[in-house]
Amino acid sequence: MPPVFGVLFDGLAYGMLLFLMSVGLSVTLGMMNFVNLAHCSFAMFGAYVIVTLMNAWGWPFLASLPIAFIAAALASVALERLFFRRFYNASELSQCLLTIGIVFVSIAGAAYIYGTDVQSVQLPPYLLGSFHLLGVDLAVYRLFLIGVALLITIVLGVTIESTRFGAQVRAAVNNQRMARGLGINVDGLFAITFALGSGLAGLGGALAIAMLGLDPSFALTYLIYVLIVVSVGGLGSISGSFIAAMLLGVSDIAGKYYVPAIGSFLIYFVMIVLMMWRPTGLFGRR
Amino acid sequence: MSGTITSSSVRPVEYLQGQMRWRPAEIAFWLATLLPFVATPAYLVLASQIAITALFALSLDLILGFSGIISLGHAAYFGVGAYTAGLISTRGWGEPLSGLLAGAIAAGIFGYITSFIIARYRHLALIMITLGIGLVLQEAANSANWLTGGFNGLQGIHTWPILGRFEFDLYGYTAYAYSLIGLFVVFLVARRLIHSPFGLALRGIRENGARMPAIGAPTNTHIRTIYTIAAAIAGVAGAMLAQTTETVSLESLGFQRSADVLVMLIVGGTGRLYGGLVGAAVYMVARDQFSGLNPQYWYFWIGLLLIAVVMFFPNGILGGLEKMAQDARSKSPVQAWAKYWAQLWTKR
Amino acid sequence: MLKLFVGLAAFSLALGAGAVDAQETVKLGMINEYSGQFADTGNQIDHGVTLYMKQHGDTIAGKKLEIIRKDTGGIAPDIAKRLAQELVVRDNADIFGGFSLTPNALASADVSAQAKKFMVVMNAATSVITEKSPYIARTSSTTPQLNYTLGQWAAKNGIKTVYTMVSDYGPGIDAETWFHKGFKEGGGEIVGAVRFPVANPDFSAFIQAAKDKNPDAIYIWIPGGAQPAAVGKALSERGIDTKKTKILGQDALASESALTAMGDIAIGIITVSDYDFNHQSAMNKEFVKAYNGEFHRNPDFFSIGGYDGAHLIHAVLEKTGGKADGDSLITAAKGMSWESPRGPIMIDPETRDIVQTVYIRRVEKTPAGLLNVEFDSVPNVKDPAHPK
Repeated sequence: MPPVFGVLFDGLAYGMLLFLMSVGLSVTLGMMNFVNLAHCSFAMFGAYVIVTLMNAWGWPFLASLPIAFIAAALASVALERLFFRRFYNASELSQCLLTIGIVFVSIAGAAYIYGTDVQSVQLPPYLLGSFHLLGVDLAVYRLFLIGVALLITIVLGVTIESTRFGAQVRAAVNNQRMARGLGINVDGLFAITFALGSGLAGLGGALAIAMLGLDPSFALTYLIYVLIVVSVGGLGSISGSFIAAMLLGVSDIAGKYYVPAIGSFLIYFVMIVLMMWRPTGLFGRR
Repeated sequence: MSGTITSSSVRPVEYLQGQMRWRPAEIAFWLATLLPFVATPAYLVLASQIAITALFALSLDLILGFSGIISLGHAAYFGVGAYTAGLISTRGWGEPLSGLLAGAIAAGIFGYITSFIIARYRHLALIMITLGIGLVLQEAANSANWLTGGFNGLQGIHTWPILGRFEFDLYGYTAYAYSLIGLFVVFLVARRLIHSPFGLALRGIRENGARMPAIGAPTNTHIRTIYTIAAAIAGVAGAMLAQTTETVSLESLGFQRSADVLVMLIVGGTGRLYGGLVGAAVYMVARDQFSGLNPQYWYFWIGLLLIAVVMFFPNGILGGLEKMAQDARSKSPVQAWAKYWAQLWTKR
Repeated sequence: MLKLFVGLAAFSLALGAGAVDAQETVKLGMINEYSGQFADTGNQIDHGVTLYMKQHGDTIAGKKLEIIRKDTGGIAPDIAKRLAQELVVRDNADIFGGFSLTPNALASADVSAQAKKFMVVMNAATSVITEKSPYIARTSSTTPQLNYTLGQWAAKNGIKTVYTMVSDYGPGIDAETWFHKGFKEGGGEIVGAVRFPVANPDFSAFIQAAKDKNPDAIYIWIPGGAQPAAVGKALSERGIDTKKTKILGQDALASESALTAMGDIAIGIITVSDYDFNHQSAMNKEFVKAYNGEFHRNPDFFSIGGYDGAHLIHAVLEKTGGKADGDSLITAAKGMSWESPRGPIMIDPETRDIVQTVYIRRVEKTPAGLLNVEFDSVPNVKDPAHPK
């Protein structure tokens, strides 16, 4: 099999990671229009949580992942209560400033507590190595990533489409005022969605360590990619984020491999073209 | 209060002329910018970089504060100006004033070309497109390292003395004088521009872009015009930085620079002409001081500063000062202020 | 109004007065990256300097050496230049130190030349830096010095074909140029060369392409940080056997955090460096012990740049008897040689750059974990890029 399939596979795995880190932001931005630039700080927080669990307390990898999710979700609840909810009606610029301030504080905090060195975790042996399938090397960890992301996508999809909670979320994203008018507790809904989204970001961050590495500037480095996924996919759309993340992951890796001279430009070009063609994103409204 | 027409008997021309009058606070501000020469001569280099950043922030205010175009890639024009001035110097022509002009023209042209894309989009698409343009330019500059010097930066810039007489010194007297005069001159131009029918049209576009064509305003043309002008001004700021520091590197057009100037403008207060200047001064002085006290963790203090500013001054520092001035005129200012702070901490 | 003027006048007098007591202190201004993306290298350099000062005291030839720390925050030549100017004008610094990034070093070099200040580059590895000011001495290493040596060594040690891949920016391109030069001069053949974008998250496809060409060795140059771990991942996924296909690189590829992240796949990677904490000398063992005692981590090649930089500053001040002007100090620095925890080093009297022993190491599994074990070395290596 030609190497392009290997590249596609790697791109898909990378895209899945980006999806996990971005889906929360897409939904919260679509629902409440709250610009949360600190979203990747939650990803970073989840990552540092499993670093502590695994390296300092010897927890196994699979057991630590749910903790990353829960920890990031709890952290977001705390921040939401303390700061964010006062800014739901504020201008976008104010929200930007608030969340950037939080990002800076989180970076300094991470540097202070964990130091500036790159952190890593030891994956369990059954997640290392690769399968050889039809002449292509499929890395086990990447398969694991894709598996986890697909599972979460299915769970999210089912929740959104088939549960009452999901219906309320869809209503609130579609037309917030109307949803309130119907008696839906949008604020409470938002709090839960925000927690879930940040928890997913934390999970994504934890999974990212083995692929992308972890240091205190993680919160800013991946923010651009997350913003690209969210805007290309369309605010409030889970399937949009999924497709956009795939697109981004594959074009980034394929671009950097096949045309390294312009590889770094490629995703930005793709993004500009897509935004020009579909200003509200691939699956955005209006 | 200062921005509304209170009676139909005030003709538009008189209104605009009224806006153009110099207020005492403005005069005090510009006099204060002369202080570093006498009071803090050891900080002149910092002052010159603040003046340059203030000019850059002013150019962003023209498109963001006055026209509602949020740009996350404005450093692209700053960088184009910087590299243009730098390249002209490395090729042997180090005269500063013509370098400034060249930087402005190059950035203006690039702004003009991109304005065709910019003018057609709004909201998130606009933000992401401006971000994308900035990032593409940054990568292109890295790839074209035969031209830009790449990672190491452009080497061999030597700026000739201004008007043949004023050499750039180690203390920064010339640098600060140069950047301050540049800032002031361009500021006068921007001020005139804003307090004109064109400026009013821009504000109309910001407030309700869909309605403007209904009253006959050519929205797209206006946006393209102001964007080109803002790009040119950013180019002037970039060229000044290249000339006063004799260095240009990739971060001149980087995302970090675009993000920083946006933060500074929001801190100062958008749409007020002085917001960018105040924001740049506050942010850069704070950064310098925090970084000096705590080189490793100053991010923390800056982050707290940003959070504090946004909590206590929702419309930026100037917005907050305006509100305080307003409250001072009311019957019981202390009560008004107390109510305002209290209401911040209760659920809205 | 009068009060304001009096206040301002008093304030400026006070600022001026602060400069008067500088006679008995020598000030070292560290222009370094203490925050941001490059904070780790900046902090390691600083630790090296601090440790040396702790061990040897801060009084030299009757003068007290005072350190002023300035943070550039990352790649910011305009800020670096301003900090250098402020160090001269505001703090009356006599010596500049630090500099982990080339753009910042180049910008500060201008100030060093203009204000005639002795400048010690403790990490930045681009050759041209020492040529930018006659007052600069370097105590780290240069990219050509290390990679040219590796290229020559590889050609002489049974490696006939190499596929190279480097990060597409200044230092990476430098490394590629000089490795190719050294290797080809030794009679080797480059079967493929690729440059990947700096922010490349995935090396898998590149490693596969290299593997397909079947070279004797694959040369990989990447900056430190998170990338070495990603490289290790790619090596493991593509099934590279380091005994059959040698992996060659520079120090950052096999740094301590890289080895921790890569795990056993790293065994067999050959790298070139001027220093590793596993260097077997009595002096180094003491150094590592002291470093761990202070900072609870092992020193690396950044730390040694700082440590030796501090040594150089001490030594030249001793030699000049406390005279801290640029001309005296650089004259004293030229030709100075000493035994460092990394081995013998010297400041070249002509180029003022570092001359040192370059080590070739292999990653091996020892009872103490994965370590870089030196198995070959080339003594007295000068930087080949300076004009003769």
